[in-house]
Amino acid sequence: MEFKKPNFKKISDYIWEIGTDYKEGMRVPARIYASKNLLDQMDLHVYDQISNVATLPGIQKYAFCMADGHSGYGFPIGGVAAMDVNEGVISPGGIGFDINCGMRLIRTNLTINDVKPKLHQLVDTLYKDVPAGVGSSGILKLNPNEFNELVDTGAKWCVEKGYGWKEDLERTEMYGGVKEADSSKVSKKAIKRGLNQVGTLGSGNHYLEIQHVKEENIVDEKLAKKWGIFPDQIVVMFHCGSRGFGHQVASDYLDLFLNVMESKYKIKILDKELASAPFNSPEGQDYFAAMSCAVNMGFANRQTIAHRIRESFAKIFGQSAEDLGMHQIYDICHNRASVEKHEVDGQMRELIVHRKGATAAFGPGREEIPPFYRDDGQPILIGGSMETGSWLLVGQESAKETWFTTAHGSGRVMSRAEAKRKYRGDTLQKELEKKGIYIKTVSFAGLAEEAGGAYKPIDEVIESTHNAGISKKVVKLLPLGNVKG
Amino acid sequence: MPYKFVEGVAMADVAFEATGKTLEELFESAGRALTNSMIENPEKIEAKETVTFCLKSTTEEKLLHNFLSEIVFYKDAEMLIFSKYELKFSKKREEIILEASLKGEKIDNKKHHMIVDVKAVSWHMYKVEKTDAWKAFAILDV
Repeated sequence: MEFKKPNFKKISDYIWEIGTDYKEGMRVPARIYASKNLLDQMDLHVYDQISNVATLPGIQKYAFCMADGHSGYGFPIGGVAAMDVNEGVISPGGIGFDINCGMRLIRTNLTINDVKPKLHQLVDTLYKDVPAGVGSSGILKLNPNEFNELVDTGAKWCVEKGYGWKEDLERTEMYGGVKEADSSKVSKKAIKRGLNQVGTLGSGNHYLEIQHVKEENIVDEKLAKKWGIFPDQIVVMFHCGSRGFGHQVASDYLDLFLNVMESKYKIKILDKELASAPFNSPEGQDYFAAMSCAVNMGFANRQTIAHRIRESFAKIFGQSAEDLGMHQIYDICHNRASVEKHEVDGQMRELIVHRKGATAAFGPGREEIPPFYRDDGQPILIGGSMETGSWLLVGQESAKETWFTTAHGSGRVMSRAEAKRKYRGDTLQKELEKKGIYIKTVSFAGLAEEAGGAYKPIDEVIESTHNAGISKKVVKLLPLGNVKG
Repeated sequence: MPYKFVEGVAMADVAFEATGKTLEELFESAGRALTNSMIENPEKIEAKETVTFCLKSTTEEKLLHNFLSEIVFYKDAEMLIFSKYELKFSKKREEIILEASLKGEKIDNKKHHMIVDVKAVSWHMYKVEKTDAWKAFAILDV
């Protein structure tokens, strides 16, 4: 399929607009938040897909695409759209199959010198203790009733059962659970798919990483100190979502929406993956309740894994997780929709904000931010490739134009097949070891697909979000050891 | 092997084209493509366990989507992957009915070389058509 490249209107060095004349049916313009270089690297499908998003009923102001954007289906990855709750739609394609895919960051009081001599032992233990890959069984063994309770509640359910610390919830977006969840809106199939997967990493770009803080990578010293970051420190970051449960919720409702969208609601779309229903309709509300269960499953999954990581560290270092200072810095999602109040043309309105491969980035004072961070702005976790590093950022007031949203990762520039042709998993593992990064993987083929060269340079993505004013740098975190699912 | 992986259409995912002279062949090819996207050496999957299910739809296109989604479901719910397909199609009024009996075994990390986990069968560019033979195109979300 051929797409024409839009005539971009330059709004600033980091904001590029596609006008409504680009495609018939666009209700609003589309804006891409990226440096010129990153914009030029994006595949043409991104422009097509983000302009499709701009045709959805009830969309407000702009369809946004973040600096790490790449083509997906329905929305591009990095796509953001806010719809009016009364007149607008909700679309599973604006959230993705992996609902509440997200990141969690745990700090320690260990330094690089403490960890280096035990790095292999630590990574090998984490590889053994945290289930990863296709067909892995979860840490928790639940019956269907317990699973329903878990998806109705979220991470709190895990903490109450002893998997984690109470303070973890105050260091998690939405306190690790959304109240709109209703497990009666979830299919039996979704429950069967998820039942055995609480406490699994998954595969693809999901990973668990031991990272370290270099003094020169601390950009905001004051905030880093307040949030418990110090030079030479070891931290643990991991990336995973709601597993088969969320994938099935998305598939179920996509099918349902495809059946009712045109016949019942007269909604016409340009891509089946943009299947939508009015937010304020029985189908829209049922999906929102089911999606919220998957959001809770994502938080619970990461909560369970965090608990296991603490146990693994305690085993290796012969000290309790409390003594090792393994406090959670934050947990944040990058695939979900939520009802939020935003200013539209000077008026506060209630919107259903879709973020697909995009992270909420609330500025200081917003009520969504847990009290500990509220005055600073929301902590934002952005994972890079296993070679290049990741970032901890903070939300800014100036992000209100993107509904307080920023990027979520590096974004692919190379297809999986191309990466496998260019890299060999076992060679890559050896090369990285020479650079001081020790990797354990379930799959060498999968490892090759995730090579650093398959992704955009993370620093350029972060630079774009920082300079566009939608999130501010705090610290860059460098990989030391990685468990790849 | 009547399927091939297609490049240049899905940056982060896996696309395939499957063919078959009959619907039975098409469905089996597509099922094998799906399994091969997750497992490097599908020839190592032994036919130790059997699952049977029945699916109905008004179109072949939708029926194949349901069939592939069922294979994804068994991968998570029962940790099963398949190597033998017995498929029977029939028609009742407007509906096409598929009675499937699939044989395979539980995923074994040591024996089956994993590539990536399939999350879902997407609808993006998804197509089933019949000219001389049946042909399907699908993108798998991984």
